[in-house]
Order: sequence, then C-alpha cells, then structure tokens
Amino acid sequence: MVRLARDEQEMLDGKYGRAQQRAMEILVQYADALGAERFVDTNNVHLFVGFHPYPDMIEILDGDELASKFLLDSDEKIVVDQVKAFNTTHIWAMDLDRWQIMGAPESLHKLMESIRKYSIRTGISLTATCTPYQVGNVPTKGEHCAWTESSAVPFCNAVLGGRTNTEAAHSAFPAALTGKIPLWGYHLEENRRGTHLIHVEIDINSVMDWYLLGYYAGEVSQLAVPVYDLKIPSVPNISMLKGLNSAGASSGGIMMYHIIGVTPEAPTMEMAFGGNQPKAILTYGESERRQTYDNLNSAKGDDVDLVNIGCPHYSLEQLRDVARLLEGKKVHENVNLWIWTAYQLKAIADRNGFTDIITRAGGHLMTDSCPLNTNLFPQGAKVVATDSAKHAHYAPAIGGLDVCFGTMAECIDAAITGKWRGELR
Amino acid sequence: MSQIILNGRKVVGGVTEGEALVTKQMISTWGGVNAVEGIITERRHELRGQSFKDKVLVFPAAKGSSGWSTVAQVIRLAGQSPKAMIIREISSLTGIGAVVMRVPTVTDLNQDPTEIIETGDWVRVDADRGVVEVTKKG
Repeated sequence: MVRLARDEQEMLDGKYGRAQQRAMEILVQYADALGAERFVDTNNVHLFVGFHPYPDMIEILDGDELASKFLLDSDEKIVVDQVKAFNTTHIWAMDLDRWQIMGAPESLHKLMESIRKYSIRTGISLTATCTPYQVGNVPTKGEHCAWTESSAVPFCNAVLGGRTNTEAAHSAFPAALTGKIPLWGYHLEENRRGTHLIHVEIDINSVMDWYLLGYYAGEVSQLAVPVYDLKIPSVPNISMLKGLNSAGASSGGIMMYHIIGVTPEAPTMEMAFGGNQPKAILTYGESERRQTYDNLNSAKGDDVDLVNIGCPHYSLEQLRDVARLLEGKKVHENVNLWIWTAYQLKAIADRNGFTDIITRAGGHLMTDSCPLNTNLFPQGAKVVATDSAKHAHYAPAIGGLDVCFGTMAECIDAAITGKWRGELR
Repeated sequence: MSQIILNGRKVVGGVTEGEALVTKQMISTWGGVNAVEGIITERRHELRGQSFKDKVLVFPAAKGSSGWSTVAQVIRLAGQSPKAMIIREISSLTGIGAVVMRVPTVTDLNQDPTEIIETGDWVRVDADRGVVEVTKKG
C-alpha cells in the first residue's frame, strides 16, 4: 500500500472537498496498481480532456458530469472549482475553428463547446496539442511531470531530462487537481538507465530516418530504455526527435531512451547504462531499415486521395518547408491535403505567410487535433499518404485506410499529382 | 489435467475464472482495439479480429497511446471487458487502465505468464492474493 503524507491523507479524507477527495481515491488505487510506495509533488501536467475515441456513445453534455464520468470515473456529479497544477492540454476531438472541414457533426461541436467552457472555468489551458514542448511547456531537467501523449513523454524524459510516465486521462486529471503523482517508473533515477543497446550502423540524418529507427526500436525493445549508439554521429533537431519519439511509442512503449553523446543523461555509454548490463544488443542497419519501411507501407496501388501530415504537430521548421514545397503549386482535385500543427504555431505561420501559400495551393492548415482520434477522415478516403510512422501505424486500424509512408516532399508530390511515387532511398 | 500455480501481486482485486486468450505481443487499446465490439484491430497484431470479451487476457505489456485508460473505460461501459487481465510487466498505461476497467488484474508473476499459459487454458485469477491457477487444456 502506498504511504500517504499528511496533506495526501487530508485530501483523501475530504478536508479539501469532494473533487480532491475523488482525485486522491483514484491516485491511491493507481499507485497500488503500480506498486508505488509514495507520491511526489507535480506542478506540470499535460492533460487529456477534449478527446474521446467514441463521441457517439457520450450522451451527456454538462461539463461537470462529463469530467466526473470520463476523467474521474465516477457516476456521481463532482464539481471542480479550480485545478491546482500548471497544465497544458493534449489534442481535442477536432479543430476547434475549422471542424466543418473535418466533417465533424454539430453534436461534436456542442460537446467540445461544453468542454471548452468547463476548461476555462476550472483553469485548464486550451493548448490542444500533442507537442506541449512546442508551445511553452518545456520541463526542466529533474522536474516531476504528469504528461499524457505517448510521443511527448520521451521528449520530456529523454530529450529534456524531465521526469514522467505516460499518464492517461484518468491519472493526469487527478494529478492536476491534487498536484500529486505516484513516485514510480521514470520518476526514479534507477529506472531511467539504459536496458537495451542498439548499434546504429547507418547514417541517420533525415526526419524519415529517425521515424524508421524509432519504429524499429519500439518493436524490438517493447517497454525498455534503448540506448542508441550512432556509428555515424548525428544530432537530431526537434522535427527529427518528434519522429523518433512518436514512432517508438507506437510500435512499442518507449517512454525513455538515450542517444550517446546527445541526450542529457547519456554523455557516455557508461553513464547511459548506469551500471546496467544490456539485456539485449541489437544492430540497426540497411536490412532493418528496409523491413521497417515495408512494415509501414500497406497501400497496394499508387492512387492517393488523402495526404495527412503533421503527426506529431508540425514544427515551425516543417511549416516553413511545406510552404516552400507548395509555393505556386495546386493540390490535385482528387486529393485532400491536411497539415496539422499547434494553434500557437499556426499564428506564426499566418504572420509569416505560410498559411496563405498552403491555402492558395488548396491545402488546409489545421490545428488542435488529428483525424485519428475520432476517426474524422474525409468521406470516401481509401489511401492516405503521410510522412509520420505514427500515423502510418494507426490509420489502418482506426480509419480502415491503406498507407503510403515517405518523406514530406514525397507526400507533397502525391498531393499535387494524386499518385504515390515514393521509394526508400 | 495438469495444474500450474503462478504467484504474483494484485493490481486490481477480485476473484474470477475463465478461458485464457494469450498474446506475446503488446497491446494498444487506443488505435489497436475496437472497444465497442471488444476485438483487436491492429493491422499486424497476432490477435487481430479476436474478441477478448469474457476471456482471461494474458499479455506482456501495454504499448502505444496514452488513450489506453480512456478506451479501457469504453470497453467496460460497452460490456466488452475481459474477465481478468494477467500482465507480465505493469506500466503507467496498464496500471490506470486496469483501475478504470475494474476487472481482477495481476502482475509481477514468478514465471512469464505469456510462456506458461496458452490460449484455451482454464485460468482462475485470485487477484486479492496474487495467485493464478492454470489448468492446461486437453
């Protein structure tokens, strides 16, 4: 059983009201499920509030009732005053402004409006992105966080040295209410050390290369902490890290990793393993790269009717690059081009003229969401082209779509021609 | 019929029994499961197309999305829950997922359950005591 500090016991006893009490009840069950010994304070929560994969089954509209049922797992109506911890929010069910482009029904818009009003009232931040680190939530080394979104978690842990497990709707909301999270898993130094060694024999220097490496690593190392030993030195930037992180958390459950000489807890191989003996030593070379690419590509023909890019949400660099590729071009009449980013980055894209270029070409720059989460793909779409291994992984099971996976340039070529001409180079 | 006893610990309490459905592959509920139909849908998963409703679901760990518990709750509300879960390695996703699915769940067993238990075996899960009794099929 988890041991409670005085303030935690008081919350559980109801001294601070029913909302904190219910939150603490869930957190205690959760801590016991994990086998955690105690809690740690957190003031950095990435919440999961505006997103549900089966909105059709939600029959209530009252914000307090929704939060009670879907965030506090309670049929009793629990009214929250203000959440305690600093927070950002993960994607919502639809682009809150351009939802009609997604074909979202009015009922979903009403649901989102209810959650939006609830969020404003209770102190929940409407960032609505899978990339909180791109919009002002940048954890410090050693900072204890409670983050949802599987692709954001390795950014917090491995890239920034923050500390979080992959939290879910039902753990993150109680964490925000109480400022507590179980001191377990990647909050503890000993669990952050490497467990698997991956010798990377080939040059990894593009966004696609990093997606492929992450997808391979997730599949072979499952819940492990892989240590990447790059034979040819390379320093990934934010666009590439989004690829590595999201892919490894799709094919597997990678929440923490090290790149020797690059990430902050791995200046050397010795420090990356911290005394651990590698449980497995793997090699990633040309044949593993080819196999991973083939695993991601499921389309049989070359016709493409949807190009969906920006998973995780595009960086400012990627928005610049996609605008350059689309300058003066026209999207093919049979194709929908959806480009996803965070609301805040779109504001800069608007100022920089990127949005105009994309719109003139016939594409849509979208925010807050992603078509995977509520299966809001364009009607009749059969084949999606994407530069995201995460999107390529999930689109077949969620949307029933076949997938062409490649580079951003290959995706834009497909948007313009309606044909997939990508290949592994 | 041979019987095997595995000892572990409680994740979520309760006692139940049923037929095992075993996979050596990790499970992503969000984006890998149709929760209202109770079936695995991930494209390259060995259990694709199979229902876990009323089974004792045995798997190594969770992978994928932080939507794990949201989908676990839908599985429960849709009446598609497994009878119990036996998880080789617990993580934050399965920890909170089991809490909201509200089915007896155990982990940290003294042998790898995905090696010892086979699909079709009859399994009694006493999650309160952390004990799993496996009766081999046939």
